[in-house]
Amino acid sequence: MTGEIPIFLKAEPVFHLGSFTITNSLLLSWLILAIFGIGGLVLSKKWRSIPGKIQAAFEMIVEGVLNLMESVLGNRGEAEKYLPFIATIFLFITFSNWMGIFPVLGTLGIFEGSGRTFVPLFRSPASDLNFTIALAVISIAAVNIAGARRLGFFKHFKKFFNFTNPINFFVGILEFFSEFAKMISFSFRLFGNIFAGEVLLIIMASLLPYLAPIPFLFLEIFVGFIQAFIFGMLTLVFIAGAVREEH
Amino acid sequence: MNPEVVKIIAVAATIILGTMMPAVAIGKIGTKAAEAIGRNPEAASKLQTAMILAIAFAEALAIYALVVALILKFT
Repeated sequence: MTGEIPIFLKAEPVFHLGSFTITNSLLLSWLILAIFGIGGLVLSKKWRSIPGKIQAAFEMIVEGVLNLMESVLGNRGEAEKYLPFIATIFLFITFSNWMGIFPVLGTLGIFEGSGRTFVPLFRSPASDLNFTIALAVISIAAVNIAGARRLGFFKHFKKFFNFTNPINFFVGILEFFSEFAKMISFSFRLFGNIFAGEVLLIIMASLLPYLAPIPFLFLEIFVGFIQAFIFGMLTLVFIAGAVREEH
Repeated sequence: MNPEVVKIIAVAATIILGTMMPAVAIGKIGTKAAEAIGRNPEAASKLQTAMILAIAFAEALAIYALVVALILKFT
Protein backbone atom coordinates (compact mmCIF):
# COMPACT_ATOMS: atom_id res chain seq x y z
CA MET A 1 0.00 0.00 0.00
CA THR A 2 2.73 2.48 0.89
CA GLY A 3 4.26 2.56 -2.55
CA GLU A 4 1.05 3.41 -4.34
CA ILE A 5 -0.57 6.22 -2.40
CA PRO A 6 0.32 9.48 -4.20
CA ILE A 7 1.45 11.66 -1.31
CA PHE A 8 4.25 14.04 -2.18
CA LEU A 9 6.00 16.40 0.18
CA LYS A 10 6.87 18.68 -2.73
CA ALA A 11 4.14 20.12 -4.92
CA GLU A 12 3.97 18.46 -8.32
CA PRO A 13 4.98 20.59 -11.33
CA VAL A 14 2.20 21.10 -13.83
CA PHE A 15 3.90 23.01 -16.63
CA HIS A 16 6.90 25.19 -17.28
CA LEU A 17 7.18 28.82 -18.35
CA GLY A 18 10.67 28.85 -19.75
CA SER A 19 12.79 27.70 -16.83
CA PHE A 20 10.20 28.62 -14.18
CA THR A 21 8.26 25.61 -12.91
CA ILE A 22 4.59 26.13 -12.17
CA THR A 23 3.37 23.71 -9.50
CA ASN A 24 -0.22 22.81 -8.78
CA SER A 25 -0.25 24.69 -5.47
CA LEU A 26 1.02 27.81 -7.25
CA LEU A 27 -1.78 27.43 -9.80
CA LEU A 28 -4.46 27.31 -7.12
CA SER A 29 -3.00 30.27 -5.28
CA TRP A 30 -3.06 32.26 -8.54
CA LEU A 31 -6.69 31.26 -9.02
CA ILE A 32 -7.58 32.46 -5.50
CA LEU A 33 -5.64 35.67 -6.12
CA ALA A 34 -7.64 36.26 -9.30
CA ILE A 35 -10.90 35.58 -7.48
CA PHE A 36 -10.01 38.03 -4.71
CA GLY A 37 -8.74 40.71 -7.05
CA ILE A 38 -11.62 40.60 -9.49
CA GLY A 39 -14.20 40.00 -6.75
CA GLY A 40 -12.88 42.89 -4.72
CA LEU A 41 -12.95 45.27 -7.69
CA VAL A 42 -16.45 44.23 -8.73
CA LEU A 43 -17.88 44.36 -5.21
CA SER A 44 -16.34 47.73 -4.45
CA LYS A 45 -18.23 49.27 -7.39
CA LYS A 46 -21.49 48.27 -5.75
CA TRP A 47 -20.87 50.18 -2.54
CA ARG A 48 -23.94 52.09 -1.40
CA SER A 49 -23.98 54.65 1.37
CA ILE A 50 -27.14 53.06 2.81
CA PRO A 51 -26.28 49.37 2.83
CA GLY A 52 -28.37 46.60 1.36
CA LYS A 53 -28.49 43.22 3.12
CA ILE A 54 -25.29 41.73 1.74
CA GLN A 55 -23.30 44.88 2.36
CA ALA A 56 -24.74 45.07 5.88
CA ALA A 57 -23.60 41.50 6.55
CA PHE A 58 -20.07 42.32 5.36
CA GLU A 59 -20.09 45.48 7.44
CA MET A 60 -21.02 43.46 10.53
CA ILE A 61 -18.10 41.12 9.87
CA VAL A 62 -15.68 44.00 9.40
CA GLU A 63 -17.00 45.60 12.58
CA GLY A 64 -16.40 42.36 14.49
CA VAL A 65 -12.87 42.06 13.16
CA LEU A 66 -12.13 45.71 13.97
CA ASN A 67 -13.38 45.24 17.53
CA LEU A 68 -11.15 42.21 17.98
CA MET A 69 -8.16 44.10 16.59
CA GLU A 70 -8.94 47.09 18.76
CA SER A 71 -8.88 44.90 21.86
CA VAL A 72 -5.35 43.80 20.96
CA LEU A 73 -3.93 47.06 19.64
CA GLY A 74 -5.50 49.50 22.07
CA ASN A 75 -7.16 52.05 19.83
CA ARG A 76 -9.42 52.12 16.82
CA GLY A 77 -7.19 54.21 14.57
CA GLU A 78 -4.41 51.63 14.80
CA ALA A 79 -6.89 48.85 14.15
CA GLU A 80 -8.11 50.54 10.98
CA LYS A 81 -4.54 51.12 9.86
CA TYR A 82 -3.54 47.47 10.06
CA LEU A 83 -6.89 45.99 9.04
CA PRO A 84 -6.11 45.58 5.30
CA PHE A 85 -2.94 43.61 5.92
CA ILE A 86 -4.25 41.35 8.68
CA ALA A 87 -7.58 40.76 6.96
CA THR A 88 -5.84 39.89 3.69
CA ILE A 89 -3.61 37.35 5.38
CA PHE A 90 -6.59 35.84 7.17
CA LEU A 91 -8.91 35.69 4.14
CA PHE A 92 -6.22 34.49 1.74
CA ILE A 93 -5.17 31.62 4.00
CA THR A 94 -8.76 30.68 4.84
CA PHE A 95 -9.83 30.48 1.20
CA SER A 96 -6.68 28.72 0.12
CA ASN A 97 -7.30 26.05 2.77
CA TRP A 98 -10.98 25.70 1.90
CA MET A 99 -10.40 25.61 -1.84
CA GLY A 100 -7.79 22.92 -1.30
CA ILE A 101 -10.39 20.50 0.06
CA PHE A 102 -13.14 21.61 -2.29
CA PRO A 103 -14.91 18.44 -3.54
CA VAL A 104 -14.28 18.26 -7.27
CA LEU A 105 -11.02 20.20 -7.60
CA GLY A 106 -8.85 17.28 -6.53
CA THR A 107 -10.02 15.20 -9.48
CA LEU A 108 -9.05 17.69 -12.18
CA GLY A 109 -5.67 16.81 -13.53
CA ILE A 110 -3.51 15.69 -16.39
CA PHE A 111 -1.93 12.39 -17.19
CA GLU A 112 1.75 12.76 -17.65
CA GLY A 113 4.58 10.72 -18.95
CA SER A 114 4.65 7.29 -20.42
CA GLY A 115 3.60 5.68 -17.15
CA ARG A 116 0.25 7.50 -17.19
CA THR A 117 0.88 9.03 -13.76
CA PHE A 118 -1.93 11.32 -12.67
CA VAL A 119 -0.89 14.84 -11.70
CA PRO A 120 -3.68 16.82 -10.03
CA LEU A 121 -4.04 20.34 -11.34
CA PHE A 122 -4.88 21.94 -8.00
CA ARG A 123 -3.48 21.40 -4.52
CA SER A 124 -3.87 23.31 -1.25
CA PRO A 125 -1.40 26.18 -1.49
CA ALA A 126 -0.57 25.88 2.20
CA SER A 127 0.46 22.25 1.76
CA ASP A 128 3.44 23.61 -0.14
CA LEU A 129 6.23 24.83 2.14
CA ASN A 130 7.12 27.60 -0.32
CA PHE A 131 3.76 29.29 0.21
CA THR A 132 3.92 29.17 3.99
CA ILE A 133 7.53 30.31 4.23
CA ALA A 134 6.75 33.21 1.89
CA LEU A 135 3.79 34.27 4.03
CA ALA A 136 5.82 33.92 7.23
CA VAL A 137 8.68 36.04 5.89
CA ILE A 138 6.21 38.69 4.70
CA SER A 139 4.48 38.76 8.09
CA ILE A 140 7.66 39.10 10.14
CA ALA A 141 8.99 41.71 7.71
CA ALA A 142 5.72 43.62 8.07
CA VAL A 143 5.96 43.45 11.87
CA ASN A 144 9.45 44.94 11.80
CA ILE A 145 8.53 47.54 9.20
CA ALA A 146 5.52 48.60 11.29
CA GLY A 147 7.76 48.88 14.35
CA ALA A 148 10.37 50.85 12.42
CA ARG A 149 7.77 53.21 10.96
CA ARG A 150 6.16 53.87 14.32
CA LEU A 151 9.21 54.12 16.55
CA GLY A 152 11.82 55.28 14.06
CA PHE A 153 14.37 53.04 12.39
CA PHE A 154 17.12 53.20 15.00
CA LYS A 155 14.87 53.03 18.03
CA HIS A 156 13.22 49.87 16.72
CA PHE A 157 16.44 48.09 15.89
CA LYS A 158 18.04 49.18 19.17
CA LYS A 159 15.77 46.59 20.74
CA PHE A 160 17.92 43.95 19.13
CA PHE A 161 21.35 45.51 19.43
CA ASN A 162 21.29 46.94 22.91
CA PHE A 163 24.73 47.94 24.18
CA THR A 164 23.81 49.34 27.59
CA ASN A 165 24.95 46.34 29.58
CA PRO A 166 26.01 42.73 28.85
CA ILE A 167 22.72 41.18 29.96
CA ASN A 168 20.69 43.47 27.71
CA PHE A 169 23.08 42.75 24.85
CA PHE A 170 22.54 39.02 25.26
CA VAL A 171 18.78 39.43 25.47
CA GLY A 172 18.86 41.60 22.35
CA ILE A 173 20.73 38.96 20.38
CA LEU A 174 18.25 36.35 21.58
CA GLU A 175 15.38 38.57 20.41
CA PHE A 176 17.06 38.90 17.02
CA PHE A 177 17.32 35.16 16.58
CA SER A 178 13.81 34.69 17.84
CA GLU A 179 12.55 36.74 14.88
CA PHE A 180 13.88 33.99 12.65
CA ALA A 181 12.45 31.35 14.96
CA LYS A 182 9.07 33.07 14.58
CA MET A 183 9.36 32.80 10.79
CA ILE A 184 10.05 29.08 11.02
CA SER A 185 7.33 28.58 13.60
CA PHE A 186 4.70 30.42 11.48
CA SER A 187 5.55 28.53 8.32
CA PHE A 188 5.75 25.08 9.87
CA ARG A 189 2.59 25.49 11.91
CA LEU A 190 0.52 26.26 8.82
CA PHE A 191 2.35 23.76 6.60
CA GLY A 192 2.16 20.96 9.18
CA ASN A 193 -1.54 21.42 9.83
CA ILE A 194 -2.60 21.58 6.20
CA PHE A 195 -0.22 18.95 4.82
CA ALA A 196 -1.13 16.55 7.62
CA GLY A 197 -4.78 17.19 6.79
CA GLU A 198 -4.16 16.27 3.15
CA VAL A 199 -2.34 13.08 4.17
CA LEU A 200 -5.16 12.23 6.58
CA LEU A 201 -7.83 12.72 3.92
CA ILE A 202 -5.96 10.59 1.37
CA ILE A 203 -5.38 7.76 3.86
CA MET A 204 -9.00 7.87 5.04
CA ALA A 205 -10.24 7.83 1.46
CA SER A 206 -8.05 4.83 0.67
CA LEU A 207 -9.35 2.95 3.71
CA LEU A 208 -13.10 3.48 3.35
CA PRO A 209 -14.03 5.58 0.32
CA TYR A 210 -16.96 8.02 0.44
CA LEU A 211 -17.71 7.45 4.13
CA ALA A 212 -14.54 7.73 6.18
CA PRO A 213 -13.40 11.13 4.85
CA ILE A 214 -16.64 12.89 5.87
CA PRO A 215 -15.85 13.70 9.53
CA PHE A 216 -12.28 14.50 8.54
CA LEU A 217 -13.49 16.93 5.90
CA PHE A 218 -15.42 18.75 8.61
CA LEU A 219 -12.27 18.72 10.73
CA GLU A 220 -10.26 20.15 7.83
CA ILE A 221 -12.79 22.94 7.28
CA PHE A 222 -12.46 23.85 10.94
CA VAL A 223 -8.66 23.51 11.02
CA GLY A 224 -8.28 25.59 7.85
CA PHE A 225 -10.23 28.43 9.44
CA ILE A 226 -8.49 28.20 12.81
CA GLN A 227 -4.98 28.12 11.35
CA ALA A 228 -5.71 31.21 9.27
CA PHE A 229 -7.13 32.91 12.35
CA ILE A 230 -4.06 31.98 14.40
CA PHE A 231 -1.71 33.24 11.68
CA GLY A 232 -3.53 36.57 11.55
CA MET A 233 -3.85 36.92 15.33
CA LEU A 234 -0.20 36.13 15.97
CA THR A 235 0.89 38.64 13.32
CA LEU A 236 -1.40 41.19 14.96
CA VAL A 237 -0.03 40.48 18.44
CA PHE A 238 3.54 40.82 17.17
CA ILE A 239 2.68 44.10 15.45
CA ALA A 240 1.12 45.34 18.69
CA GLY A 241 4.28 44.34 20.55
CA ALA A 242 6.59 46.03 18.06
CA VAL A 243 4.60 49.25 17.88
CA ARG A 244 4.07 49.69 21.61
CA GLU A 245 6.08 52.44 23.27
CA GLU A 246 8.54 51.24 25.87
CA HIS A 247 7.36 52.01 29.38
CA MET B 1 18.28 -4.60 11.96
CA ASN B 2 16.58 -4.07 8.64
CA PRO B 3 16.77 -0.36 7.70
CA GLU B 4 13.14 -0.32 6.58
CA VAL B 5 12.04 -1.52 9.99
CA VAL B 6 14.21 1.04 11.78
CA LYS B 7 12.73 3.79 9.60
CA ILE B 8 9.17 2.81 10.48
CA ILE B 9 10.00 2.62 14.17
CA ALA B 10 11.69 6.03 13.99
CA VAL B 11 8.67 7.60 12.34
CA ALA B 12 6.31 6.18 14.95
CA ALA B 13 8.56 7.10 17.88
CA THR B 14 8.95 10.68 16.56
CA ILE B 15 5.27 11.36 16.47
CA ILE B 16 4.49 9.56 19.71
CA LEU B 17 7.13 11.28 21.79
CA GLY B 18 6.59 14.61 20.09
CA THR B 19 2.92 14.93 20.98
CA MET B 20 3.06 13.88 24.61
CA MET B 21 4.30 17.10 26.18
CA PRO B 22 2.27 19.48 23.96
CA ALA B 23 -0.84 17.52 24.95
CA VAL B 24 -0.06 18.05 28.65
CA ALA B 25 0.68 21.73 27.99
CA ILE B 26 -2.56 22.33 26.11
CA GLY B 27 -4.51 20.62 28.88
CA LYS B 28 -2.93 22.85 31.51
CA ILE B 29 -3.55 26.01 29.45
CA GLY B 30 -7.20 25.09 28.96
CA THR B 31 -7.63 24.31 32.65
CA LYS B 32 -6.18 27.61 33.81
CA ALA B 33 -8.15 29.56 31.23
CA ALA B 34 -11.43 27.91 32.22
CA GLU B 35 -10.66 28.58 35.88
CA ALA B 36 -9.86 32.21 35.19
CA ILE B 37 -13.03 32.71 33.16
CA GLY B 38 -15.01 31.17 35.98
CA ARG B 39 -13.54 33.65 38.43
CA ASN B 40 -14.01 36.69 36.22
CA PRO B 41 -16.60 36.16 33.49
CA GLU B 42 -16.37 39.81 32.36
CA ALA B 43 -12.84 39.34 31.07
CA ALA B 44 -13.87 36.23 29.12
CA SER B 45 -13.06 37.52 25.65
CA LYS B 46 -9.57 38.74 26.61
CA LEU B 47 -8.88 35.43 28.32
CA GLN B 48 -10.16 33.53 25.33
CA THR B 49 -7.83 35.39 22.99
CA ALA B 50 -4.84 34.77 25.24
CA MET B 51 -5.81 31.12 25.59
CA ILE B 52 -6.08 30.58 21.84
CA LEU B 53 -2.70 32.21 21.29
CA ALA B 54 -1.03 30.08 23.96
CA ILE B 55 -2.63 26.92 22.56
CA ALA B 56 -1.38 27.82 19.09
CA PHE B 57 2.18 28.12 20.36
CA ALA B 58 1.94 24.80 22.21
CA GLU B 59 0.38 23.05 19.25
CA ALA B 60 3.14 24.31 16.98
CA LEU B 61 5.62 22.15 18.89
CA ALA B 62 3.57 19.05 18.17
CA ILE B 63 3.38 20.14 14.54
CA TYR B 64 7.18 20.32 14.36
CA ALA B 65 7.33 16.68 15.48
CA LEU B 66 4.67 15.80 12.90
CA VAL B 67 6.60 17.49 10.12
CA VAL B 68 9.78 15.60 11.06
CA ALA B 69 7.82 12.34 11.06
CA LEU B 70 6.30 13.13 7.64
CA ILE B 71 9.68 14.05 6.18
CA LEU B 72 11.16 10.80 7.51
CA LYS B 73 8.31 8.81 6.06
CA PHE B 74 8.14 10.33 2.61
CA THR B 75 11.80 10.72 1.68
